Amino acid sequence: MVEIRDLHVRFHDASREAVAGIDLTIHDGEIVGLVGESGSGKTVTAMTLSGLIERKKVSLSGEVLVGGRDILRLPRTELRTIQGREIGVVFQEPMSAMDPLMRIGAQVEEALAVHTQLTKEQRRARALEVLRDVDLPAPEEIYRKYPHECSGGQLQRVMIAAAIVTDPHLLLLDEPTTALDVTVQAQILALLRRLNQERGISMLLISHNLQVVRRICSRVAVMQRGKIVEKGEMERVFTAPQHPYTAKLINAIPHRAQR
Amino acid sequence: MKKNTFLRVGLVLTALVVGFIALGLVWTPYAPNAMDFSRLLPPSLAHPMGTDKFGRDILSRVMVGAGDTLLIALGTVVIGTVVGTLVGALTGWYGGWVDELLMRLNDALASFPSILILLVLVSLLGGGQEHMMLALGIVFIPSYARIVRSEFARARTQNYVRMAELMGASTARILFVHILPNIWHTLLSAITIGFNNAVLAEAAMSYLSIGVSPDEASLGYMLSESQSILGSAPWYALGTGLIIVLLILGVSLIGEGLQRGEN
Repeated sequence: MVEIRDLHVRFHDASREAVAGIDLTIHDGEIVGLVGESGSGKTVTAMTLSGLIERKKVSLSGEVLVGGRDILRLPRTELRTIQGREIGVVFQEPMSAMDPLMRIGAQVEEALAVHTQLTKEQRRARALEVLRDVDLPAPEEIYRKYPHECSGGQLQRVMIAAAIVTDPHLLLLDEPTTALDVTVQAQILALLRRLNQERGISMLLISHNLQVVRRICSRVAVMQRGKIVEKGEMERVFTAPQHPYTAKLINAIPHRAQR
Repeated sequence: MKKNTFLRVGLVLTALVVGFIALGLVWTPYAPNAMDFSRLLPPSLAHPMGTDKFGRDILSRVMVGAGDTLLIALGTVVIGTVVGTLVGALTGWYGGWVDELLMRLNDALASFPSILILLVLVSLLGGGQEHMMLALGIVFIPSYARIVRSEFARARTQNYVRMAELMGASTARILFVHILPNIWHTLLSAITIGFNNAVLAEAAMSYLSIGVSPDEASLGYMLSESQSILGSAPWYALGTGLIIVLLILGVSLIGEGLQRGEN
């Protein structure tokens, strides 16, 4: 279970808080959506959750409990034992998130190399297993390739494989489908749902796209100007929004033209 | 794939020069210090590069001297690259006071004329090949540190680096397993240029008779000897200079070829 309690994040050079006191719980095996426009604080929330935020540049208060440990207050060395092991992260642009000079296989194995004592063969076997698990055809072939030899959709699957290779409790998905075309987008979402059902990984899906969030999330939180203005069951929020901003977001979804 | 002529010619040339030097380690036509009365002979079959004013075979001396030059240049580049990369990686990655401290030290080192620092270092350390390497290496550190620093500072914000952070990779792993291979091509050009500078610096030092003894076959010292008899024995300067030119040309072409290969 991941619990965010009264989280405040403020960049030293900013006039207002990027995250102004949010509470959010992600139960085990749940997919929670976090939506909002650019600058609403959703990515800062994700960065804080992943421990990527530069502590020197912000003032933080509140708690982020991952498995009972408050990651805001963990020393860096301990934080590293959580990053990649208990929290996996998938970024928006898979192409730039991969090391251009490292083969796919080695990148999928990265978290294993960092966190486990597995031998080279064991790591390879495990990497091939997850590559197969994310529906990549011919995993042995992909394993030997470099990022520039793969398509965007393939790379996003590789990113997901790399994120789940250590069986993390939480998968943090920051706009995982935004850079992909619509058909690939649907496939990736289906994959995420299947991984959630089969492995019970909890996920926090961050997106500006309410449609994407509706596809796979059971609950959703809507952020605006650093605050969560509405949260609840997906369908309830979608059909009967309580907050005018949520209603605006829903109305902004393009509809098929009436015939 | 387009043929990379620069790289090929450079590699062939360098291989020839290195082969010539390697041969000098095991065999020379004459003993490099053997003197006789055949003084200042022009090039002939017996002495392809002629003889000097003590009747020593110039080809033999060039073979041995070029070996010393190569060894010192390599040592210099290794010291400069290794230390410079470490300093550059730390300053570029951490920024802040580490950066300030090390880069100001770097500036201090770079603000003196290098020949002055070399003179001071050699007089402190004493002569000899290993001291020469060390002194030249120290002088070469700032240029490498500066290049590496800017590359690491740039890489710091790249997504793949942040991704590695998110995987829980340690700083050392991020610096040397993830970033270093990605900046290697920049470093490689710096190494080829640095190598050439090191060859020239070594020759310049021995030309000024710093850190060498007169009986040693050293390219720079030989050049300074040849200067006074340039009119009567031009082959002395030619043979000696030729090997320096070929060595530098070969490595420069390799560097150029590598850079063009990047694009």
